[in-house]
Amino acid sequence: MAESELSIFLLALLAGAIRVGTPFLFVSLGECLTEKGGRINLGLEGILVTGAMTGYAVSYLSGSPWLGVFAAGLSGLALGLVHGVICSLPRVNDIAFGIALILFGTGLAFFLGKDFIQPSAPMLPSIPLGFWSDDTRVRSALNVNVLFFIGVALAFVLHWSLRGTRWGLMLRLVGDHEDSAQALGYRAAGVRIVATGVGGFLAGVGGAYLSLYYPGSWNEGLSSGQGLMAVALVIFARWQPINCLWAALLFGAAGAVGPALQAIGIGWGYYLFNAIPYVLTLAVMVITCRPDRTLSGAPGELSLNR
Amino acid sequence: MLKPWLGRAAVLALPALPTLLAMLTTAVLFILFLLIQGQPAWQAGPLVFEGAFGSMFAWENTLMRAAPLMLTALCVALPARAGLIIIGGEGALVLGGLAAAVTPLWLPALPAWPMLIAMGVAAMLAGGLWIGLSGWLRQKRGVNETIGSLLLSYIALAIFRHLVEGPLRDPNSLNKPSTPPLDSGYQIGVISDSFYVHWGLVAGVVTCVLAWVLVRYSVVGFSLRIVGGNPRTPRMLGLPVDRLVLLTCVLGGAAAGLAGMYEVSAVQGSANTALISGYGTAGILVAFAARHNPLGIIVCAILLGGLEASGGLLQRRLGLPDATTLILQGILFINLLAWEALTRRTLDWRLWLRGHWIAAPSSRAGSTEVSHG
Repeated sequence: MAESELSIFLLALLAGAIRVGTPFLFVSLGECLTEKGGRINLGLEGILVTGAMTGYAVSYLSGSPWLGVFAAGLSGLALGLVHGVICSLPRVNDIAFGIALILFGTGLAFFLGKDFIQPSAPMLPSIPLGFWSDDTRVRSALNVNVLFFIGVALAFVLHWSLRGTRWGLMLRLVGDHEDSAQALGYRAAGVRIVATGVGGFLAGVGGAYLSLYYPGSWNEGLSSGQGLMAVALVIFARWQPINCLWAALLFGAAGAVGPALQAIGIGWGYYLFNAIPYVLTLAVMVITCRPDRTLSGAPGELSLNR
Repeated sequence: MLKPWLGRAAVLALPALPTLLAMLTTAVLFILFLLIQGQPAWQAGPLVFEGAFGSMFAWENTLMRAAPLMLTALCVALPARAGLIIIGGEGALVLGGLAAAVTPLWLPALPAWPMLIAMGVAAMLAGGLWIGLSGWLRQKRGVNETIGSLLLSYIALAIFRHLVEGPLRDPNSLNKPSTPPLDSGYQIGVISDSFYVHWGLVAGVVTCVLAWVLVRYSVVGFSLRIVGGNPRTPRMLGLPVDRLVLLTCVLGGAAAGLAGMYEVSAVQGSANTALISGYGTAGILVAFAARHNPLGIIVCAILLGGLEASGGLLQRRLGLPDATTLILQGILFINLLAWEALTRRTLDWRLWLRGHWIAAPSSRAGSTEVSHG
């Protein structure tokens, strides 16, 4: 491999880490919040797709991509609340309900989104951080979307508020030990419903990023399981929002290996390279999980650990 | 005075109450959804029925779809007996299909029957290994089986696409990449010309019945009930928990792999991306709707097969998108799980009915008071 090819490859990898990693960041922050409360929401995958469709449709109809992002968040909030409320009923399995929500969310998005596959909606703006370079490749690689910075800020804010605010402590208490929370007079179900709803909002925003920035169109094959990989990503990040940021970047880079190889003319094994994020996720879980003990940092009430 | 036999009937019917209520609310919500869209909801209901069970052709279409669903549902239901939620059936199905498609290429020419058996074994091995790996990762490494099986399923789909569009591709398959077509002698036909459904249906029903016998009457099935109920008790009894869990995963995966074999040899004629059509995902719904009971799976697979079969009719007559049946499935799944919350109540009601309706009029009222308390 020539030196220029290597630098192109690494540049594509760096750009991909941010570009592909941003939706991972939002969905994993949402899942992190949900799991901190002691619930697991596999339905974020369905919410992601619904958010992508809603964001694209609203952006197209209103002409404002930011309104689209907000609407996508609201659609995620609604579906997240459904998950939160119904899983508060006795004997309802949150993992199974997540699978149902994947079916429903994707069905809803495909049904309502049929009319929006053709038209092109206004896209989200990006910040040209590569203005100093003459190389067009460097400039396009450093075109970073605003949502990425919002996501990074959010990771730090969440990290701080889970430790330093009344709200964050209450959420963690509910997720770690429901009985203690109840003894203090907090209603666990209510806290979890709110956490799942807010988590859904974030996943919806992540979906809007997919349709309104990268890949930047609405079609039925838009999501490739990011919502589900986020669940594994949160385990990898040990339920820490800051770690979610690093994990999202890592997964973004892994997802960019296939396209980056294509950029330097290696077309062999396209599907195999695209499966790297899944292999990476599995490898991470095999390395970090142990059958005889729960992971450090895992919320105590999480059904994943029982 | 109310008749005691009515009370007994009510006691027997009560366990079905959550499922019936779920179907009712699904219908109501689906009609509401269509009305909000401004769609002719009142025509859609009868059309779903017509497209599913309205004619001989509809029945054939329905049963053709139900056959793989029975097998992929077992891929969820059998591990669920041991307390695992496995959702990677799609991957086992496509790998099974691929294994079946390449077996005749790699084996010397054989008569039809031995070759079909070899194809079936290859398919079941591929599927069983794949889901077995999920179970092994869960028992030995502590990797959550739901996420693990799904990741493995994505990896299986990637391997499948890579092989079908790359090394195993038939150069003659131009616009639809696929493996070389099966020799016509190795293709599985229909049951009869007047009943145009392939033999996969029989395989599905027989496998479900066998699975039912296994979980209901065998020692393995009894042990599974203990393993699925509580993680500590079976260890105290000295049951081989890991082996039992692994067995359910391998058997479930083998069933899904077999579904892939029938899709290849009875429907597609070769392994191509048309195999990735969501049978694995729909199988999850079937298994949960049947509460992981293998006999219930037969019924639920036919119902869901009908639902999917009616999609074409909805598309042609009403111009509804093909995602309509997906929404309907989603609403149904949500309702089935949500009404599950009622089961605790139905147990109370059963006891109450036993105490007040059936036994109270008789002279044994005193004894029921005791048992009630």
